[in-house]
Amino acid sequence: MNPNDEVSTSSTSVWPLWEVFVRSSRGLSHVHAGSLHAPDAAMALRNARDLYTRRNEGVSIWVVPADAIAASDPDAKGSFFESPQGKDYRHATYYTKSEGVKHL
Amino acid sequence: MTPEQTETTGHGDISVGVAGSGDSSASATRITPGNALRPEDIALEVRTGLVKPSEDVAEYALRLGDDALILAQRLGHWISRAPELEEDVALGNIALDQLGHARSFLTYAGGAWEKSEDELAYFRREHEFRSAHLFEQPNGDFAVTIARQFVVSYYQFELYRRLTQSTDATLAAIAAKAVKEVDYHRDHSAQWILRLAQGTEESRQKMIHGLKLVWPYVAELFADDELATRLAEAGAAVEPSSLKADFDRLTGEVLAEAELEVPQTPAAPGGGRRGKHSEHLGYILAEMQVLAREHPGASW
Amino acid sequence: MASQNLQPVPEALSPEDQERAAQLEAEGQAYFDRVMSDDSRIEPKDWMPAAYRKTLLRQISQHAHSEIIGMQPEANWISRAPSLKRKAILMAKVQDEAGHGLYLYSAAETLGQSRDKMMDDLIAGKARYSSIFNYPALTWADMGAIGWLVDGAAICNQVPLCRASFGPYGRAMVRICKEESFHQRQGFEILLELSNGTPAQKQMAQDAVNRWYAPALMMFGPPDDDSPNSKQSMAWNIKRFSNDELRSRFVGMMVEQVRVLGLTLPDSEVRFNEETKKWEHGPLDWEEFKEVLAGRGPCNAQRLERRREAHDDGAWVRVAAAAYAEKQLAKQARKHAEKEYAA
Repeated sequence: MNPNDEVSTSSTSVWPLWEVFVRSSRGLSHVHAGSLHAPDAAMALRNARDLYTRRNEGVSIWVVPADAIAASDPDAKGSFFESPQGKDYRHATYYTKSEGVKHL
Repeated sequence: MTPEQTETTGHGDISVGVAGSGDSSASATRITPGNALRPEDIALEVRTGLVKPSEDVAEYALRLGDDALILAQRLGHWISRAPELEEDVALGNIALDQLGHARSFLTYAGGAWEKSEDELAYFRREHEFRSAHLFEQPNGDFAVTIARQFVVSYYQFELYRRLTQSTDATLAAIAAKAVKEVDYHRDHSAQWILRLAQGTEESRQKMIHGLKLVWPYVAELFADDELATRLAEAGAAVEPSSLKADFDRLTGEVLAEAELEVPQTPAAPGGGRRGKHSEHLGYILAEMQVLAREHPGASW
Repeated sequence: MASQNLQPVPEALSPEDQERAAQLEAEGQAYFDRVMSDDSRIEPKDWMPAAYRKTLLRQISQHAHSEIIGMQPEANWISRAPSLKRKAILMAKVQDEAGHGLYLYSAAETLGQSRDKMMDDLIAGKARYSSIFNYPALTWADMGAIGWLVDGAAICNQVPLCRASFGPYGRAMVRICKEESFHQRQGFEILLELSNGTPAQKQMAQDAVNRWYAPALMMFGPPDDDSPNSKQSMAWNIKRFSNDELRSRFVGMMVEQVRVLGLTLPDSEVRFNEETKKWEHGPLDWEEFKEVLAGRGPCNAQRLERRREAHDDGAWVRVAAAAYAEKQLAKQARKHAEKEYAA
């Protein structure tokens, strides 16, 4: 057996990483709870149930393969999130003249 | 959304300490004890004389309680030894479910003889236990444990499903809680049967071997006797033989999907319901009871 | 999410690239320093100093290993728990520890190290875990003493870690601390029952407290003047209080609680220093601590062997499940292709 074979056999025993999202009660959104390892989606859901809802933490679970998540570039955080800064006219608090007027 | 209550452990506030991040992490970690029938509730009803099982019902509850207790004892061994950490947690949950059922049934049974769950669990001798041989079978490797879980969970599901209609309100209530948990145990074992049977050649051979090892003890689960028949006629219990058709059909479907055959192994005679046990039970009880028996009458 | 975000080694780069790399490094460091001074959080994909990454990886993986190895002394008593209620509690507790190990391995994985690699290191004896789990759990009262003293010390250590500067670590600790709040209480209750029980039970409880007290105090790590890494960890907002500070606080809590238990601490030198306003304790045997850390404790070999055995025995199961998943994917792809073809 050549060394490459060995690498490939041992790597097949490693279960991929999944990210777990839990809805704590009806009406709320799913929130990231943590991660786990599982061979496939069906087992990931079950492992998530066993691991992340042992204390009634949830009524619904999502699992997502960790490598399927696309994330914004952390190095570009300055420019990526700059635009909304200083645009206070998007917020109700910007409009002060109507203060005191009822139901507005 | 209710603002999360700050939890303290006597060591101070457990919080992330980052403004605004509390709520988002909170909703995925909000923990509650839930609201379900607990062994303690049954103990209270028994103690206050609210419920008292007939001699027959107590004997019957003892059987179900012993099955679950011995299985929990077996499964507990896996915690810290499972094939992967996730499975430590999964098998731990199943063991805890079974232990919960055992405590409820034993507490209720003890009501007939003024004995607590612990007096029944720790101070009966081997021949006084009523568990079937299947539950006593050793864990073996993971495939053997899964094979045992597969048979147990499909049997218990059919049993508890029907027991929810029992004329005995306490049996019905325990079964109503248990059937939902056992339904998940079915799913757990079926998932693993599929994976082990169709994973690698090695796992397939182990799965086939595991099923072969446990199958001789299937027949005992469905054997009727006077007590079960008498209680079934009164509507309090279920005749074991009446569960067989559904058990065969549903386990057969899973085995067919896994491309496995129903093992054709000769049935062992059993005898657990009459106190005739396998060689294994003695060891299980020796370990389980040793400490409690060293300190008779002590409270823990 | 694991990212292979290791620091590039500027080797054989053109002068321009070297300059560019140095500039990125300087920008990253400036951003990191700002996060530290704002007491904000670093997330996995952020730039971080190589030493920070290394320190975190070491600390979080050691913490995870401690949870996993720490299951063993208690798991040994699940089968012998003297009441069914205690059996259920102990099972739930040991199960929690597997969960906590999982949360922590996940946090460490965000730094680019696979759990598999960490597990291999542990089994090969290359990684450390908390020394305390190399002591044997000899009687049922040890379940009480471990819960009360060992989990108590762990919680003291862990509560400040909920605010650790590395986001995934802090978040894992929040979940762990919440779940652990029952661990110490159940230990205290076991000891209280024993202390109020028969003379033999009370003796068992005192004996366990006597054995676990000093190792629990040593869980906070060496004294501050002998703890070279502490200072840097505090500067990085990973560690919030010094070893001695936490140890002193812990002793103060135990002094109060041991009275309620009707037991005593095996330390005649415990006192409150009015001048420093801190609790003091008798000398600890740091030589023994180093011996156990170096692998010469009562159970080191046994604990590692048990972990290795479980890992090796489970290998065929992990391989089978992975193979099944692969086959299912292939089957799906084939079905999809057939459908396309038919259309």
